[in-house]
Amino acid sequence: MKASPVPKIAVWKFASCDGCQLSLLDCEDELLQLAELVHIANFLEASSRVESGPYDVSLVEGSITTEHDRERILEVRRQSKYLIAIGACATSGGIQALRNGASVEDFIRQVYAHPEYISTLRDSTPMSAHVSVDYELYGCPINKTQLLEVISALLQGRKPRVFSHSVCVDCKLRGTPCLTVTRGLTCLGPVTHAGCEALCPSYGRGCFGCYGPKESSNPSSLVSHLHEHLGVPFVELRRLLSSFTTQAAPFVEARKRFPPGT
Amino acid sequence: MDLAGLADFVAALWSAGYRVIGPTVGDGAIVYGEVRSLSDLPQGLTDQQEAGQYRLVRRNDDALFGFHVGPHSLKRLLLPPKERLFTTIRKGPALTVVPEQIPTEKIAFLGAKACEIQAMLTQDQVLLGGHHPDVQYLARRRNLLIIGTSCTSAGGTCFCTSMGSGPSVGEGADVALTEVISESTHHFIVEAKSSRGAELLSPLRLPSASSSEQQIAAQQVAAAAKQMGRTLVTDGLKELIAQAMDSSHWDSVATRCLSCANCTLVCPTCFCNTVEDVTDLAGEHSERWRRWDSCFHEDFSYLHGGAVRQSVKSRYRQWLSHKLSTWIDQFGRSGCVGCGRCITFCPVGIDLTAECATLQARHP
Repeated sequence: MKASPVPKIAVWKFASCDGCQLSLLDCEDELLQLAELVHIANFLEASSRVESGPYDVSLVEGSITTEHDRERILEVRRQSKYLIAIGACATSGGIQALRNGASVEDFIRQVYAHPEYISTLRDSTPMSAHVSVDYELYGCPINKTQLLEVISALLQGRKPRVFSHSVCVDCKLRGTPCLTVTRGLTCLGPVTHAGCEALCPSYGRGCFGCYGPKESSNPSSLVSHLHEHLGVPFVELRRLLSSFTTQAAPFVEARKRFPPGT
Repeated sequence: MDLAGLADFVAALWSAGYRVIGPTVGDGAIVYGEVRSLSDLPQGLTDQQEAGQYRLVRRNDDALFGFHVGPHSLKRLLLPPKERLFTTIRKGPALTVVPEQIPTEKIAFLGAKACEIQAMLTQDQVLLGGHHPDVQYLARRRNLLIIGTSCTSAGGTCFCTSMGSGPSVGEGADVALTEVISESTHHFIVEAKSSRGAELLSPLRLPSASSSEQQIAAQQVAAAAKQMGRTLVTDGLKELIAQAMDSSHWDSVATRCLSCANCTLVCPTCFCNTVEDVTDLAGEHSERWRRWDSCFHEDFSYLHGGAVRQSVKSRYRQWLSHKLSTWIDQFGRSGCVGCGRCITFCPVGIDLTAECATLQARHP
């Protein structure tokens, strides 16, 4: 990247829990070095000082859920050379996309004492539904090592080492025996995008798919197998596919293939 | 050799400067780890295997090597999952390349099954056979001592007899053991398979096995050959696969295949890897790494403009046809040793022997 001698970075928050941008603060050891190599122009989690654009890199967290945010992301895009969507919300709509397809008005009436103050869109959508995105980093939350890798790659003008293969590959690299095969546990690893270094399986817990689908993901085959051979009820498998990346297309499709009643 | 003799042998290997690695129990499976004493071995345990299923279960005896194969293979030791190739350090305009140290650690692997050793020989051919042998692999290979154990039972997904790679330990081992266990005895028939093996065994002053002891051991290994859980008919298979590239059967496999790469990563002969560069934030320190990769990944066949094998169908077909057909064109032997790992560790239980049988039935 050869925009300016010291690239100007901005961090933006939309509908989200702040976990992904906290990954940047969580970089601890590398943070001081990063602060020398880039100019952090906007990062409200770290400083209330906000500098105006344009920015070389914008890291965008969260999904679009309000009209105001829909306009705001257009402005962020206009002001940014590179726009990187970080986390399950910014890349798939997040867990809040569970409301998509349901009645938002009912939710608002049930949750808020004064529903009239709430102005929200019907659906929670990823950044890519509104603006062109230069790079997407998955996960709930993202992996700080991956974030640093993408920033390093941008600074060095090289391709980031971020892979679209399954979580299984990372289990194999670590030497973790397959949880489904050896213990009969339900695990979404074979259909989920790598990036977490197979964190949950390394603690004996099946993957719950927070990175969303891998490339060429085939959750329908996995659902059939887990149901037929391990007796996992479809309702449980549908729930598993409707969590942090509930609106990811392959997961939506697999739920449709095994609707309630199957 | 009795149990005390085996314990002495393990101790002698450590004293001779070997780090002894072998089967150990970890995370609900038999995995490879350090063996300091016989208590580290999976005594009285075995594995029950089926397509997509592996369970550690208790045997009705105290056998130490009464298992078949597990999720790990010798590939982990010889061609590690991740390996740094060199480091580059930049100071101002000066660039220094720091080569990687050639591995010097001596490892003795205790309890390698026949298929495991054949798989190692298959990889040797790939990684050492050409004009440019892999230096890291070569060093590890030279420093590896193999103590094989012939199988006296076969697993549910085993088919080594179909591939001519077992169950008896042959070429490639330094020492071969056959564990014989009954109500009255628990001993090992020991055979030196190399001069290095003979040298290590001679100080143990082992008594000679009687011909009846040898016969009993041979009978048990022969019995294992008759228990294979799977069969692969290899007659004409190479040609059949080469001719069945357009078979609709590949589409059927693709509906089930997850392209998760488990089969290739547990396979003891799959050697594909990728090379990648890592840098620090300032770009002063960079490293080149090699990492296991798989023909099931879209990126694996990426050429300018896109991936050659975009469909899962084409990736499965590539894997199976390389393993069982074009590998023979390249190296004069099959790329499969019949260990059954790809069947057991496929999360949806896709069975290479069953897929081949279907192809054979559809395209007689």
